[in-house]
Amino acid sequence: MAHLDIRGLVARYNNATVLDGIDLSIERGEIVSLIGPSGSGKSTLLRVISGLLPPREGTVSLAGETINYADRRSLRRSRDKLAIVFQQYNLFGNMNVLRNVMVAPVTIQKRDKKTVEAEARALLDKVGLGDKLTSYPDELSGGQQQRVAIARALCLKPDILLLDEVTSALDPERVGEVLDTVKMLAADNMTLLIVSHEMGFVREVSHRVAFMADGKIQEMGPPAQIFGAPQQPRTQAFVSRILGH
Amino acid sequence: MLSFLIAEIPRLFTIYNVILLLKAALTTLSLSAVGCVIGLFFGFLLSIARLSHRPIFWPLKALALIYVEILRRVPFLITLMIFFFGAQVLGFNISALAIAFISTSVISTAFVAEIVRAGLRAVKPSQMEAAAVMNFSAWHSFWHVRLPQAWPLILPPVFGYFVLFIKDTALASQVGVLELTQAGKILNTKGFSASLVYGAVLILYFIISYPLARFGAYLERRLGASRHSRPRRAI
Ligand SMILES: Nc1ncnc2c1ncn2[C@@H]1O[C@H](COP(=O)(O)OP(=O)(O)OP(=O)(O)O)[C@@H](O)[C@H]1O
Ligand SMILES: [Mg+2]
Repeated sequence: MAHLDIRGLVARYNNATVLDGIDLSIERGEIVSLIGPSGSGKSTLLRVISGLLPPREGTVSLAGETINYADRRSLRRSRDKLAIVFQQYNLFGNMNVLRNVMVAPVTIQKRDKKTVEAEARALLDKVGLGDKLTSYPDELSGGQQQRVAIARALCLKPDILLLDEVTSALDPERVGEVLDTVKMLAADNMTLLIVSHEMGFVREVSHRVAFMADGKIQEMGPPAQIFGAPQQPRTQAFVSRILGH
Repeated sequence: MLSFLIAEIPRLFTIYNVILLLKAALTTLSLSAVGCVIGLFFGFLLSIARLSHRPIFWPLKALALIYVEILRRVPFLITLMIFFFGAQVLGFNISALAIAFISTSVISTAFVAEIVRAGLRAVKPSQMEAAAVMNFSAWHSFWHVRLPQAWPLILPPVFGYFVLFIKDTALASQVGVLELTQAGKILNTKGFSASLVYGAVLILYFIISYPLARFGAYLERRLGASRHSRPRRAI
């Protein structure tokens, strides 16, 4: 049984169809990357999965349970299992770094505060922000905010992690660190759906890569296929443009 | 002329008259303060109703809209008169002071509700989305994320309104409330020269308003300058 199973997903903003029949099935512990041109609906797909934009058609199932986005209990159950790192980070502006990471585990998940704090500190250390615990988001660089957002998502202990452009604001050295973190998560059997423009990163971490355009997944396969021998002309054009051949 | 005024000063500022003026000043201050505190409370309720998307709130939402839009456009004097004569017509035995407190609260609620609504709306929706995805309830999201970020935007203008409203409470003298302006009238009719009496009243209005205005400006600097909102430290 697939861990995350998406069938025939259609989503619109007002009347613009952004997702036009997405089928995507991800196994537990698998890392799938979404690539595609800007505006192709990658972020929108993550928004639909996490319940921020209700789908017009199609279904999303998590560990065998189809999410009913109109039902708050069903949505709540699914959100218990997933975490998302937004493209714009969306750290809480009124909380410092440590509190951003701790607030949901303590206030919402009702976990023990001491334990959570220890975990949060460890996570922030690991992403290189051990000395920024009391800083506020607007005192941090984009890359630093992004790393706080990663720590915040991980502290929720999700089964599925959705990462939107998680390397976009990072310098190459940090990309390496995030790469290591992601690999470590994979070893922990966490399921990852990653949106990225960083092709080196995608190639290295992904088990499979999906190329999205015009609201559809145009082609999907292992990195070697997508980057080495793409079948579809659109994938070929995109990949060769982005790899700079 | 000037020497005449100076000669009158000790006669005016007898203990009795000073107490009259100070009590009146206190009434003036509390009319505005009570109005704003109650206004803040109900203003919050109204703006939460207006910002909610749930169908059950729609009637309340419409009511809130009508309330805010009408009362912000009616002169305070008219509201005051409606309550004053309305109470008489309906046979309620309420003091003029109580009428004045009710009227100031009703008016402030409308104005403060608008300020609160604007403040809450200014918080980026993506902040609430981040909370929603982490399973924050509507209440948790409001209390931990939205309100702390809106607060610094709400407080300075509410305070500014409060200080401006101090002047408007002079209208309560029209229904016989002994506030500062009314106290001036009383002393004037007792035969003290108008320039002296109203000079004293003017100074008292200034003494009440100025420190409050300065404090409001301080709040605005303090809350506005800290680019993030740290309610516990700032307030
Ligand atoms: N809130 C919104 N309201 C209306 N249209 C939107 C909204 N958000 C996104 N869109 C539109 O949906 C389409 C897909 O946007 P989306 O953000 O999913 O693209 P993306 O693939 O993530 O792009 P990028 O690589 O630039 O992040 C775009 O055409 C965009 O203009
Ligand atoms: Mg995007």
